[in-house]
Amino acid sequence: MRLTTAIWAAGTAGLLTIASPSFAQKQGGTLNMPLRDNPPSASIHEEATISVVQPFMAVFNNLVVFDPNQKANSPDHIVPDLADSWSWNDDKTKLTFKLHQGVKWHDGKPFTAKDVKCTFDALKGTPDEGTDLMRKDPRKIWYINLKEVTTNGDNEVTFVLGRPQPSFLSMLAAGYSPIYSCHVPSREMRTKPIGTGPFKIAEYKRNESIKLVRNPDYFKKGKPHLDAIEWKIVPNRSTRMLGFVSGQFDMTFDSDISFPMLKDVMSQKKDAICEARPSNVNSNILINRDSPPFNNPEIRRALVDTLDIKAFNEILSQGHNLDGAAMLPPPNGVWGMPADMLATLPGHSTDVEKSRAEGRKIMEKLGYGPDKPLKVKVATRNIAIYRDPAVILIDQLKKVYIEAELEPIDTTVWYTKIQRKDYQLGMNLTGVGVDDPDVNFYENFYSKSLRNYTGYNNPDVDKLIDQQSAETDIAKRKKIVWEIEKKLADDVARPVIGYNVDNTCWSPQVKGVKLQVNSIYNGWRFEDIWLDR
Amino acid sequence: MGAYLVRRLFLMAVTLVGMSILIFVLLRLVPGNIADILVDATGNDDPQEKARIVHDLGIDRPLVEQYWQWINGLAHGDLGYAFVSERPAIEEIAPRIPISSKLAGLAIFFAVLLGVPLGVVSAVRQNSGLDYGLRVLSLSGLSLPAFWLGLLVLMASVQWFGTIPIYDADAHGFFTQVKMLALPAIVVGFRSSALIMRLTRSSMLEVLRQDYVRTARSKGASNASVNYDHALRNALLPVVTVIGIEAAFLVGGLIVTETVFNIPGVARFLVEAIRWRDYPIVQNLTMLIAVVVVTMNFLVDMAYMVLDPRIKFGG
Repeated sequence: MRLTTAIWAAGTAGLLTIASPSFAQKQGGTLNMPLRDNPPSASIHEEATISVVQPFMAVFNNLVVFDPNQKANSPDHIVPDLADSWSWNDDKTKLTFKLHQGVKWHDGKPFTAKDVKCTFDALKGTPDEGTDLMRKDPRKIWYINLKEVTTNGDNEVTFVLGRPQPSFLSMLAAGYSPIYSCHVPSREMRTKPIGTGPFKIAEYKRNESIKLVRNPDYFKKGKPHLDAIEWKIVPNRSTRMLGFVSGQFDMTFDSDISFPMLKDVMSQKKDAICEARPSNVNSNILINRDSPPFNNPEIRRALVDTLDIKAFNEILSQGHNLDGAAMLPPPNGVWGMPADMLATLPGHSTDVEKSRAEGRKIMEKLGYGPDKPLKVKVATRNIAIYRDPAVILIDQLKKVYIEAELEPIDTTVWYTKIQRKDYQLGMNLTGVGVDDPDVNFYENFYSKSLRNYTGYNNPDVDKLIDQQSAETDIAKRKKIVWEIEKKLADDVARPVIGYNVDNTCWSPQVKGVKLQVNSIYNGWRFEDIWLDR
Repeated sequence: MGAYLVRRLFLMAVTLVGMSILIFVLLRLVPGNIADILVDATGNDDPQEKARIVHDLGIDRPLVEQYWQWINGLAHGDLGYAFVSERPAIEEIAPRIPISSKLAGLAIFFAVLLGVPLGVVSAVRQNSGLDYGLRVLSLSGLSLPAFWLGLLVLMASVQWFGTIPIYDADAHGFFTQVKMLALPAIVVGFRSSALIMRLTRSSMLEVLRQDYVRTARSKGASNASVNYDHALRNALLPVVTVIGIEAAFLVGGLIVTETVFNIPGVARFLVEAIRWRDYPIVQNLTMLIAVVVVTMNFLVDMAYMVLDPRIKFGG
């Protein structure tokens, strides 16, 4: 009898533990985190850097969010956040959300459908009169298909689209799509924002620290588990790493540990848990196709013929970076083309010597040779992660008679220089907020996009981008996406030399960390993280 | 003396006015403004957004008007609004000044504490093994970059103590703060101590060869009395000048050390503000540095009188 009772008790406890992991989670504690630089502001909608999303995503909620328990962000893994449920109308042009009731902003005011409407009205550039929610809107292009947002009472909101756009839900699930409060002025949103999220801002000292404290009124009962998160702004990477190995930080900044650094970290902090993953940030070459010499498509072709992606990856990441085209390649990427197809694209050939010979032939035909090289400059931001691939590119360009000189540019004037087309070649890094073709193609390759800073303009590609965006059949859509990737590669639009793979480490006491494998910009709500100490 | 003081103070005022114009103009000659940087940093070239920010911040107004607004505000204790943080500039600058001042003060203290006695020892024991050792030490102080030395100190700290002295704003109490700032201060002060050591040595050597020193020795004065009572006081004149200049120019070393040791002081903040073209912060902080330099020069001149009673400032 006693044995039977014991078995029942153990079984029940086991089932409870499996069914509700929160039984094992400890409440309390402060998570200490390093932040690599000073966030330009705290307003996620106005910025385009992980330095804003990572610390401030925990202050907000979205309508929906990528399932934090899944490694990959995909349209199949979107879960409720401020919305309890959602539905499309028959022609897939209206997306209606039922909102969670009883949610409050950090200042105690109630969250309503009006807040959702005013957030998206501001994002599409038609803010309500009298509201002043943001002064910059870098992702306006995400919402070009959004016609209007309507409310039905306080708890229902409908997004009316110009045409079907299956990716729209994915964009709403991104870390870059929090819901703002209508009643808070933009200056406050940039300095001490009010959200509905699991943490409230207690203190934001520029150049020093950000302190978030638990929101006791958070609408997800039992969350968050931490009492506070303290971010210390540590611009020096070595200091950040030493802070982690000495135990002053519980976790490293996302993807902060390169493979050469990983050995040091593991030798100095033997119990560190480190995970390598692609960040969906790719190194790519910017080509000024509007002025000589790269307005000549043949020279652009010779440029990609010389690329040895494997050599780039070996030198930069000990072979861990991924070879891909415009979209993050599988298996981590949901939309990228298969490897066999990729190998047929210019610049991705496995027979580098053969393609370099073809490149040399083109250059010789144009009158260049070993004694008469084409002289160009490769501009790049004066930061190691930009400079390093630029130097390798300069070396590889020599193989096709292009003699390049490195032009390091102060980071503050980098985009200004690029947008003024004051460059010939540029080495660039592009981070993609969501592993989704709409986000990537509309931002970087659509002719009307203000973020398409190379000014790439191909009406056929624009048409294909719109076509894939409206396609609801995933298999058909993937084919169009791969066709776009091929066209971009053939056009030498912005040759990708690799997708970065780097390491993020944390102490074993930090539990519940789930890094997402196809974007660094999502999954930083911190509501499931707890400390075992 | 009185006339001299008035003339010096007047010159100081003129210098500061000239500096303010120079700072204001040079800052606007640097390519890009806050709007370019804020908008371009998002990779989004939107001229409308830039124009709105430029207008909101008032940097589209005539330069003379902007300059007058700054100087007039400064005269009334209003430093304007920081462009990036959108808070009053005084609230951004004021809390950081004591942090850097403590660090700089401690650095100079270490520099003098090491530099002067070691320079004297080096001169008194000229061409001995100790002298050679100290000269190598001073050379290394001049040639080691502060960022490299800072990282070495941090790595050693992790290796030996299992921790690094990361700045903690909540650390109170004199000794707690000294403990927290000691390592960075030594890193900042090492270069200055090397300079002070070398200068003290050469100055002492020169003075030790003077006739009055020989006379003192021939009259039977002890070595200690000759070295410290007779020679050192006279040898210190150029050293004091250098200490003054070093104290004023310590900002350069502070920038690197505040970054490596992650100290939220004024120097790191200034670099950040320059990066963002945050005019109100850069203008006011650079002016503050100008005031410190001019004041230090003035104090050094005054110190001459104390050290050498023969020096008289007059009309």
